[in-house]
Amino acid sequence: MVEFALPKNSRVVTGKTWPRPEGATNVRAFRIYRWDPDTGENPRIDTYFVDLDTCGPMMLDALIKIKNEIDPTLTFRRSCREGICGSCAMNIDGINTLACIWGIDEVKGDVRIYPLPHMPVIKDLVPDLTHFYAQHASIKPWLETSTVTPEHEWRQSPEDRKKLDGLYECVMCACCSTSCPSYWWNGDRYLGPAALLHAYRWIIDSRDEATGERLDNLDDPFKLYRCHTIMNCAQTCPKHLNPAKAIAEIKMLMVERQM
Amino acid sequence: MGFRTDRQRVHGLGTSHTGAHHWWSQRLTAVGMLILVPFFLFPFVRALGTDFETVREIYGHPFNAVVAMLTLAVGFLHLQQGLQVVIEDYVHDKPVLVAMLVANVVLCAAFAMTGIFAVAKIAFA
Repeated sequence: MVEFALPKNSRVVTGKTWPRPEGATNVRAFRIYRWDPDTGENPRIDTYFVDLDTCGPMMLDALIKIKNEIDPTLTFRRSCREGICGSCAMNIDGINTLACIWGIDEVKGDVRIYPLPHMPVIKDLVPDLTHFYAQHASIKPWLETSTVTPEHEWRQSPEDRKKLDGLYECVMCACCSTSCPSYWWNGDRYLGPAALLHAYRWIIDSRDEATGERLDNLDDPFKLYRCHTIMNCAQTCPKHLNPAKAIAEIKMLMVERQM
Repeated sequence: MGFRTDRQRVHGLGTSHTGAHHWWSQRLTAVGMLILVPFFLFPFVRALGTDFETVREIYGHPFNAVVAMLTLAVGFLHLQQGLQVVIEDYVHDKPVLVAMLVANVVLCAAFAMTGIFAVAKIAFA
């Protein structure tokens, strides 16, 4: 059965409270999930105080400031710092989002930062996404054709190109899949909103010639039909995309081809 | 884990090529219920609390009896389909899963047939 409580060695305990910056007037507390696989200790919540007058406006700015000036052992992923690489996805104040495009002023009071929910943790805010990436690869996220490759580009009408809007922008940050209860319970077999949004992106691409095979590969109670339209994916997406709608469109195509 | 790659685990036993039918059937039975239930409720509420002769008269009418039987058939089919999804969601132990899926079909069919038999018995009394 589904487990509703964390195993004993995963229960989160209170951690270290780091000193407040001296002379600072505009201070915000950050309560951050810490776990180090090398110590064998339970995960803990450390409290850091950040002087917002000397800090950039985004959550990622605060994390970098903590790592640079307070505690260099704090571990997290980051790269582009402008919402296009998807590296700094984490759970901030109860919602999965990208730390680099989530303003500190968007959270009132203490800021609670956890890794993406329900994924194995490698260290601190870094989740293990290998299974998630393998699921993405399994839907063949590339153009599949059997016609002889044209001398120049594969052509597409502006109308058909428009159908990819709201889909191609996905940066694979995993915020949606890790917010989905169905993915929590059955993530080993359910492909999850991110992989399915990408699947739909290739299904409706007018240049792709493997539409039928793509639908064949999704016609499964677990791969596709674990989606129960909970809509957490659309609510949490930091790029304001709607994976639930993409999944609904796939389900419609599944029926359409039977009639 | 046994040195399996992530791609091996994701592909698992492959696609079952079922699922679309179950999903579509669940939607159809839902729409069926939406139409049937009001027609079922109207004579049902009228029959509630009255004596057997009145109930027999109401369900002696073919329309009322057929609607009641259809509601039971479609309703329990929809229940069986819905419960199957819930069981698949939450039960991960394979022997327990199979036992629950079988029990679900047997119990829903038994309840539906009992209800249909009861309506028929009243209608033909």
